Amino acid sequence: MSELPKLPKVYAAISMPLEGMNRLRKLCQVTVHEGNQDPTRQEFLDGARGMDALIVCPKTMTVDKELLDTAGSQLKVIVTHSVGLDHIDIDLCKERGVKVGHTPDVLTTATAEQGVALLMATARRIQECIRAVKDGVWGTVWDNAMWLAGKEIAGSVIGIVGLGRIGLAIAKRLAAFDVSKILYTGRNLRPESADPIGAEFVTFDQLLEQSDFVVVACSVNDSNKGLFDEAAFKKMKNTAILVNISRGVVVDQDALYNALKSGEIGAAGLDVTTPEPLPTSSPLLTLPNCLVTPHIATCTVTTRNAMCELIVDNILAGLEGRSLKTPAFLY
Amino acid sequence: MSSASAPKVFVSRRVPEKAKALITSQCNAILWEKDEPPPRDEYLKIISGIDGLFCLLTDKIDAELLDAAGPNLRVVSTMSVGYDHVDVKECAKRNIAVGYTPGILTKATAELTVALLLATTRRLKEGIRAVENGEWGTWKPMWLCGQGLDGATVGVVGLGRIGYTVAQCLNPFGVARFLYTGYRRPDAEEELKAEFADLDKLYSESDFVIACCALTPETAGMFNADAFKKMKKTAVFVNSSRGGVVNQDDLFVALESGEIGAAGLDVTIPEPLPTDSPLLGLNNCVVLPHIGSATHDTREAMAVLAAQNLIAGLKGDKMPSQIDD
Repeated sequence: MSELPKLPKVYAAISMPLEGMNRLRKLCQVTVHEGNQDPTRQEFLDGARGMDALIVCPKTMTVDKELLDTAGSQLKVIVTHSVGLDHIDIDLCKERGVKVGHTPDVLTTATAEQGVALLMATARRIQECIRAVKDGVWGTVWDNAMWLAGKEIAGSVIGIVGLGRIGLAIAKRLAAFDVSKILYTGRNLRPESADPIGAEFVTFDQLLEQSDFVVVACSVNDSNKGLFDEAAFKKMKNTAILVNISRGVVVDQDALYNALKSGEIGAAGLDVTTPEPLPTSSPLLTLPNCLVTPHIATCTVTTRNAMCELIVDNILAGLEGRSLKTPAFLY
Repeated sequence: MSSASAPKVFVSRRVPEKAKALITSQCNAILWEKDEPPPRDEYLKIISGIDGLFCLLTDKIDAELLDAAGPNLRVVSTMSVGYDHVDVKECAKRNIAVGYTPGILTKATAELTVALLLATTRRLKEGIRAVENGEWGTWKPMWLCGQGLDGATVGVVGLGRIGYTVAQCLNPFGVARFLYTGYRRPDAEEELKAEFADLDKLYSESDFVIACCALTPETAGMFNADAFKKMKKTAVFVNSSRGGVVNQDDLFVALESGEIGAAGLDVTIPEPLPTDSPLLGLNNCVVLPHIGSATHDTREAMAVLAAQNLIAGLKGDKMPSQIDD
């Protein structure tokens, strides 16, 4: 590793594992956002001013013209604690010579696992079950052997929207449950991923019509914001379960509420919402068939440590003028 | 059908239509129509003189009950795979055939076991609660971080139908190694590279300990303070078999003190678990109300099979699924 001329300044808008950051602290002047809440927009801008490197994550930390102007032309590298890049103006960063890194691959397993955890928790009504135990309802309802009866994965049709790394990892896990079919849709056919697991490419509409479980694992772009709207929910089976681990913006939340309330679809499990955090007053939280987790897809100890390592690697590479380990784009 | 020659049966809970229709077409059926289970004293009165009994795992089928039923009783059909609630020896003494429902609930129960494991290890209960009460919004790097299956050692205590299916489902999650105890399964060793181990080894090396064994005098209370001490401090314990295999007081202590990492239970003692049980106050304990087989398809299939067992037994035929003693 080459010598750095002076201690470069790094601002981390999110707190990071202490041990992982030590490597960075030895070579840089690191400021970490203090406090329990995410930084406000103003705090983020103030923190970024004069920095050589930034560590961000999707939430309030939008990287746009205002942020880049505020940071200053000395900014060399931004690394996001995510694989998603929808909060970053990539073209503008390219234009200004700011390297952008992210954390693909190291988070695939944890995220796919969370996707399946959410799917199964929704299918088996875990939220209602936990409540029934807590509230003393257990034992008082029998419902002809159907009390809290859920949906089986065996024999079902799985529809993956976006067979990328994460979508494929989810499909592989669900395949072991003896599902009847795995369908997928997206902008492109992915035979290298699909063929080994026998996944079948279909149109979005076909996927909606045929699937018992619809898993949203696509990256977000202008073409798929609000993809899951009233029309989409109408096409889905009345018993279908929607699982979203991509970005909240792919789902029209009002339309989802209506679809769940009216029985247009069966249930939904969401790890991502609009906004995040979801306000406690959100009507989605009043529905027994809507399960919301607080964007915890990457929350395993090994994954968080691996993400930290990768972020530090990328920051140091960017500061030293080397190509990033996991760049968001190539120059 | 209610002719005098049709056998008299008691069906101790309401069951799906298909099963009910089967039973009533062949038997003179007394049907318990309430949602609450029949109180014991009423139960004992109702069954006097019956030929066959369609029961659930919440009904204790012991000598007292068999006495109350009287000498005509020749078939007991339980809508469950577990039969620890049935005194099979006592039934055998009295030439009472006992039917149960293995096989058809394997998938639903294995799926629930996996769902419970994931919900426990990925801290879904705490996550859901954080969303509801406004805790979401704080960022700590290890907030709600759980233990993943990737690279983990999974120990299955009792690799029967359900245990094996659980292991097969967990396999693509990146499990590094499966350990198991109970009876040898060469097929599992072949397919999953599962390693037969003694309990001590399983406890000390497993990141996930899954109880899939039947409740017998040998397994009763096996998961006790001793067992939890031998497990890793980060271990996730999952029980979808019977509450009786766990010493619940010891489990509470182990969870509270950090002797083990977390526990997911679909079965408890008693069932239902009282709302003031200390287990319900723990963040690292998930309790579900015994829903292992609770899917529409499976419950209907179980009811139909139990009805078929009942009818076959009453005719003196071999049941589709009969317990041999």
